[in-house]
Amino acid sequence: MTSLTGSFRRRLLGRSAETRHEPRARTEPVDTPHEEVAPVDIAPNDPLLAFMQSASGAVDVESLELDSPALAALKAAGVKLAVPLVSQGELIGVLNLGPRRSEQEYSSDDRKLLDNLAAQAAPALRVGQLVRQQQAEARTRERFEQELEVARLIQQNFLPKRLPELDGWQVAAYYRPAREVGGDFYDVIPLPHGRLGFVVGDVTDKGVPAALVMAATRSVLRASAQRLVDPGVVLERVNEHLCPDMPAKMFVTCLYGVLDPTTGHFRFANAGHDLPYVKTADGSVELRARGMPLGLMTGMAYEEKETVLAPGDSLLLHSDGVVEAHDPNGEMFGFPRLKDAVARYPGGGELIDRVLTDLREHTGADAEQEDDITMVTLARSSAAYETNGSAPTHQLVEFSVPSAEGNERLALERVSAIVGPLGMDQPRLKRLETAVGEATMNAMEHGNGYRSDQPVMVRVLTEADMVRVQITDLGGVSPERETEVPDIEAKLAGLQRPRGWGLFLIKNMVDEAHETSEGAEHTLELVMHLAEPATDERTRGGNHDDK
Amino acid sequence: MTTSEVTTAVRHRDGAAVIDLVGDVNARAEGSLDTAWEEAIATQPVAVVLNFETAGYINSTGIALIVGLLARARARGIPIRAYGLSPHYREIFEITRLADFLAINPDEDSAVLGADRRPT
Repeated sequence: MTSLTGSFRRRLLGRSAETRHEPRARTEPVDTPHEEVAPVDIAPNDPLLAFMQSASGAVDVESLELDSPALAALKAAGVKLAVPLVSQGELIGVLNLGPRRSEQEYSSDDRKLLDNLAAQAAPALRVGQLVRQQQAEARTRERFEQELEVARLIQQNFLPKRLPELDGWQVAAYYRPAREVGGDFYDVIPLPHGRLGFVVGDVTDKGVPAALVMAATRSVLRASAQRLVDPGVVLERVNEHLCPDMPAKMFVTCLYGVLDPTTGHFRFANAGHDLPYVKTADGSVELRARGMPLGLMTGMAYEEKETVLAPGDSLLLHSDGVVEAHDPNGEMFGFPRLKDAVARYPGGGELIDRVLTDLREHTGADAEQEDDITMVTLARSSAAYETNGSAPTHQLVEFSVPSAEGNERLALERVSAIVGPLGMDQPRLKRLETAVGEATMNAMEHGNGYRSDQPVMVRVLTEADMVRVQITDLGGVSPERETEVPDIEAKLAGLQRPRGWGLFLIKNMVDEAHETSEGAEHTLELVMHLAEPATDERTRGGNHDDK
Repeated sequence: MTTSEVTTAVRHRDGAAVIDLVGDVNARAEGSLDTAWEEAIATQPVAVVLNFETAGYINSTGIALIVGLLARARARGIPIRAYGLSPHYREIFEITRLADFLAINPDEDSAVLGADRRPT
């Protein structure tokens, strides 16, 4: 009869020496009335534990007097002798023997033999215990890795296999799970009438549970998006589906937007997800819309907002794995850095590459990724226009200026900020500024009559080595427009009014100026080469530093 | 470049009246320029000098205001001179032929003393 006591499972297992599992030893006890004894646990506070730990050799159980439930159990099981198995000062088991078959008492030789046996068996038993413990840990790790693999498979199976190709648009996406696989997901959903739904989301929790919730969310969202038009209503429907079955302490943040590629309109709703950024000619801005995460409570409404992605604009949808990545000092990458990156970098795939580079520099190249990282970008190409079969013209920006006195400054400053970086020399840029200012002033005054509800549209286009600035009002072919050629001598003589210099200045400031009208729209197009054209015969001043 | 209402100041020096223009010369400058002009000619100066060193944006309405000053000066037989124009606005003064009717000087001394070219 032998029993073992583990360091963490203080348990005495009484077992007949004649069972199939335990070979009979010379010191084996004689047969007992019980073939097998029920296991005996030693509680951590049982005095028998301390006694056996400090015992110098085999212990006579019958003569031992302790207030010990385990000792009482041993006695009841018929154990006569208990030999402690101690390895490196730790009691790891007890060898229990019943009465001898000869019914004689154990001799001193028997006890010495058992002590020697215990001294040799204890280390071997300890090794066995450690091996078994490591095997158990390995099985746990393997099961964990298998679960992670299952989570990865679920997530990757539910991510888009390919992204749509749209004329005039670049769609790019990046997804990299953390080792423990979070709940990030994204999707691009083809919708009726050529529209596209864009989704980025994050399920709280990690591993298989998060992956399953992600899969459910994605499926419900896809189905709802096909039946419902408004993004806010789609999120409402998804929330109602998820709430009843959502595991405790889990929820889903999700941004869903619908793009009309022909107009650039992007209508979106947000269920508590990180705000997307849109890059315009003025920098990057957050797209805000209010809404609670999905799966928390029923009856939620989701605010809808809309923006227009103009040619050259780009949009970044992202997950918190980007902004919450830490550097070695614990500082997060943060929203301001990401917003600044969107403003500084080109859109599309290049934006993703640049952000990932910045992120690696922030965290350190060898740092383990803390959370899933997901980015989806949507960039609208600069529009191409037909220009009489010549090189294509790309639109840099289009904006409106309210018709109010002094607002020509807004137009000329914005055009200057866009054209300046193209490399136009300073004197030519100053001339273009004056021409844009005068043309805008004419459009506000003579075209729109300074009516506040009629703004002036300004469009800046570039092609090869020139820019075109188109300034449009709603005055059609108005008799109010300047037609008189100003003559200073006539003005000084009182034969012409002092004003009337605008169109004259415009035509003298730029390389070409063309007027066109279509219905109520009247457009003056200003053409300016980046550098002085070789064919320009006008006499101009030198390369001055302007103030 | 920032929008700023023009302000004017009139100084008298060596028999000439100097009008300092600070800010944008546009439609909003009309009243200020009229006031400065009246103050400048009150002492019957030998010339009125326009100081553009601190002037900002000048648009076509501002050009028209200067033409108006020039007409008034011609009626009184008072020459107008200018200095401190940036190369860009100097070019505009030449294109509009304002430069044919007022002298453009490189600095205040030459403008006050009339040492540079005279109007034709």
